[in-house]
Amino acid sequence: MLGVSDRISAADVAKVARLARLDVTTEELERMTVQLDGMLEHFADIDALDLATVEPMTQPYPLVNVLRPDVVQPCLDRDEVLAAAPSAEDGRFRVPPIIGMDL
Amino acid sequence: MGLADIVASVKSGAVKAADLTEVRLAAIAAREGDIHAFNHVMADEARASAAAVDEAVARGDDPGPLAGVTVALKDNMCTRGVPTTCSSKILEGWLPPYDGTVVAALKASGAVAVGKTNLDEFAMGSSTENSAFGPTRNPHDTNRVPGGSSGGSAAAVAAGFSDFSLGSDTGGSIRQPAALCGVVGVKPTYGYVSRYGLVAFASSLDQIGPFTNTVEDAALVLDVIGGHDPRDSTSIPQQHPSLVAALQQGVGGLRIGRITDLPEGADPDVQERLEAAFDTLKAQGATIVDVQVPAFSFGLTAYYLIAPAEASSNLARYDGVRYGMRVEATDTNAMYGATREAGFGDEVKRRIMLGTYALSAGYYDAYYGKALKVRRLIHDDFERAYQHADVLLTPTSPSVAFEFGSKGDNPLAMYLCDTYTIPTNLAGHPGMSVPFGTGAHGLPVGVQVLAGTLQEPVMFRVAAALERSLA
Repeated sequence: MLGVSDRISAADVAKVARLARLDVTTEELERMTVQLDGMLEHFADIDALDLATVEPMTQPYPLVNVLRPDVVQPCLDRDEVLAAAPSAEDGRFRVPPIIGMDL
Repeated sequence: MGLADIVASVKSGAVKAADLTEVRLAAIAAREGDIHAFNHVMADEARASAAAVDEAVARGDDPGPLAGVTVALKDNMCTRGVPTTCSSKILEGWLPPYDGTVVAALKASGAVAVGKTNLDEFAMGSSTENSAFGPTRNPHDTNRVPGGSSGGSAAAVAAGFSDFSLGSDTGGSIRQPAALCGVVGVKPTYGYVSRYGLVAFASSLDQIGPFTNTVEDAALVLDVIGGHDPRDSTSIPQQHPSLVAALQQGVGGLRIGRITDLPEGADPDVQERLEAAFDTLKAQGATIVDVQVPAFSFGLTAYYLIAPAEASSNLARYDGVRYGMRVEATDTNAMYGATREAGFGDEVKRRIMLGTYALSAGYYDAYYGKALKVRRLIHDDFERAYQHADVLLTPTSPSVAFEFGSKGDNPLAMYLCDTYTIPTNLAGHPGMSVPFGTGAHGLPVGVQVLAGTLQEPVMFRVAAALERSLA
């Protein structure tokens, strides 16, 4: 298994930026690689711990499904919500083309 | 004047809420230019709220448990029709279509909101230097930071801009600025206060709490805003006992824990005040016991893998589609990338990148998965410690307020400000900072009181005892 001490490369950072939908500049990419590498070096302290039998903890309390009666309740006003959008048309959010784009 | 006295005077008609509000608005007008506690001052709304309280009193109606009390709200809490920016360009100009549960609860209680306070962008930072709208300055020394991320809320109370304020604490963002600004700051048990309408940073760690001048004021505020909310599935489904009532008890017989394996790094002046706190509590009849929390020192690493991971997911919603800014582009994917690049500041981008990396295929087990296991160790170590001690005492911040720019370009140096506050968030436990004298340069020092799940009553008893000893 990988350890936290396996460090990050500029290519890794560029890939992560794509996944995170951030068009970072070359200068930012270089700076972030150095900074993230420094952080990961510090975070390697937990590589020394024996965690084989430890259960992960995702929440302070065990989550249970929360249900409510299936009755109509007041909700957000559609016009008020759409008024806050950068672009809206015919009661919907308007976005640039999504067909044929480079994923 | 404490909140209880203000409310009593307003309810009796002896004092007008409108006059109290004008006093605070005048204080803001006089000094806000130097402090920059606010992203948005709500002068018109405040006057209208205060007038409504006075009218209720005149009619003989109950104006509520916080009638006429002024409050400043961290600008990551949704306020219907009032700008809510999270100190980020990406949300500039956004008017939320609803009130958060705490905002609605305060309105219903007769509190008067005077403004939305500055923060590190999306609550990521320990100095408010990461705000897209410029830093907040510490009222005790305007060359120094107020702490963060809730720096504006802490400064607002310290500068007398409001009677109390609300902040949010994900890794110390209430307690550390409270310590640096010399006010009381409380992070309740995870789930004590509803998070509905709090813009999410790290959902398993975020918790709302008050900044106040006194421990009793904080108890009163939590009695109003605490409790179950059907709109927050992580809010604890039970009634909380009154914290104001708990304050009547002293600390005789309580066991105060000293963590013997606490990470080093606190300045000598801060350490000296912590020792004085132990002495005071001992003199008041408490017993000091030594405990160990071996995983405490791994909190920083676990936090800076878990919180950014959750943030990278939560902040995916800022995509230029439904709210906030958009940078136009030829297709949707290009629009996402350009909008997020232009809208987010450096620290937010850094944390999104770190979190995305920690969650990405091939690295999940090594980073995020491992951090979750360390989180369990920290939680279990605390639970063991609380079998021997009712509360634990630590420094809140390793130092008094520092000067702007003094952490330089090294993100880790800033992260270390939260060494003593972070583990509590990971465990889900409550913690609070109480002003306890001054340190270097005559600046305020806070002592942190930590307790187990829903042990707020005992935590408040100890905090009140520390406060009393200074009176």
